[in-house]
Amino acid sequence: MKTDIPGTVVFDGAQARKGYALNKMCYSFNSAQNRAEFLRDEDAYCRKYGLDEAQRDAIRRRHVLDLIAAGGNIYYLAKFAGIFGLSVQDVGAQQTGMPVEAFKAMLVAKGR
Amino acid sequence: MARIVGAVTTSHIPAIGAAIAKGLQEEPYWKPFFGAFGAVHAWLDKVRPDAAVVVYNDHGLQFFLDKLPTFAIGAADEYRNADEGWGLPTLPPYRGDAAFSWHLIESLVADEFDLTTCQEMLVDHAFTVPLKLLWPRAQVCPVLTVPVALNTVQHPLPTPARCIKFGRALGRAIASYPEDLKVLLLGTGGLSHQLDGTRAGFINRGFDEMCMAAMVDAPEALAHYSIHQLVEAAGTQGVELLNWLVARAALSGRVEKVHSNYHIPISNTASGLMVLENRA
Repeated sequence: MKTDIPGTVVFDGAQARKGYALNKMCYSFNSAQNRAEFLRDEDAYCRKYGLDEAQRDAIRRRHVLDLIAAGGNIYYLAKFAGIFGLSVQDVGAQQTGMPVEAFKAMLVAKGR
Repeated sequence: MARIVGAVTTSHIPAIGAAIAKGLQEEPYWKPFFGAFGAVHAWLDKVRPDAAVVVYNDHGLQFFLDKLPTFAIGAADEYRNADEGWGLPTLPPYRGDAAFSWHLIESLVADEFDLTTCQEMLVDHAFTVPLKLLWPRAQVCPVLTVPVALNTVQHPLPTPARCIKFGRALGRAIASYPEDLKVLLLGTGGLSHQLDGTRAGFINRGFDEMCMAAMVDAPEALAHYSIHQLVEAAGTQGVELLNWLVARAALSGRVEKVHSNYHIPISNTASGLMVLENRA
């Protein structure tokens, strides 16, 4: 759901329907075996879960904002990011267009 | 009869678990967070709970969008942790008490809260990290546990008003258990943070401080917030405040603040910690 809250997508029923296949694939990454299978053949793995073209493309580009627009939920997407050793701070930096160190420094500055 | 000794509320960020695993507690980044737990340990040594009812939100370890309960409760003698996708070390199983859980279920459903009951339930970092913070030296968690999971993933979420009512019903359920059991409420998550969208990194100190003040004497003051207002004020994941509200509302009597800490940032989050003693 688009909201009047800037920079925020609320994960509601419409998003959950749109993103079901994508989130289901990301949920499967709880298993180390599934993570390895994805890395062996990404295309085949995405086909198995029935991702649509927008989702497939956003996965290919590791593009978090586009994954969210395609119905992805951040809790499941975090498992996708985890495959590449990326933390929520890396993910936050990508979404805000900041270098990771600048994103971390921005957060530290909020504590002062 | 069972007695509620009080509540601890604390953030549950996965990075805390990673910092514990790597032994980083004394590092300058982590010290302002971990250093605040000495007072919690002293209080736990004093009140010595036998059981912890842990109010948390699952992040896609146990529950997926195929079937997503608004309120779920464990009804098992053991709960297991598992890989959440990041390959973090898996913690030893947690002791449950199915008889106690079923008492809570009977009471809560009679009280008009229709929970999903789970005889098998994997528990994620939102359950394991806070217990590790409370009992850092114990290899195996020393108290028996009851996991209570709230949906904070897929909207519509239960409102703050609903969560306060649920917490009160949970408190009545615990207090009516005939066995002698000293029970701790543990509310996990928060405070303000947002992981997703171009507003990622959002933190709201003013709102958090207001909530921490309300948690002591007037949690009802937070009941009027809609979920939309809560997302706006606390961030998309700051809605985990709902877990705090349930834990707080379960305390029946006069509540005294024993300890609190607030520190920005841990990872993307404003971390909060409170110890509230039930002085009924």
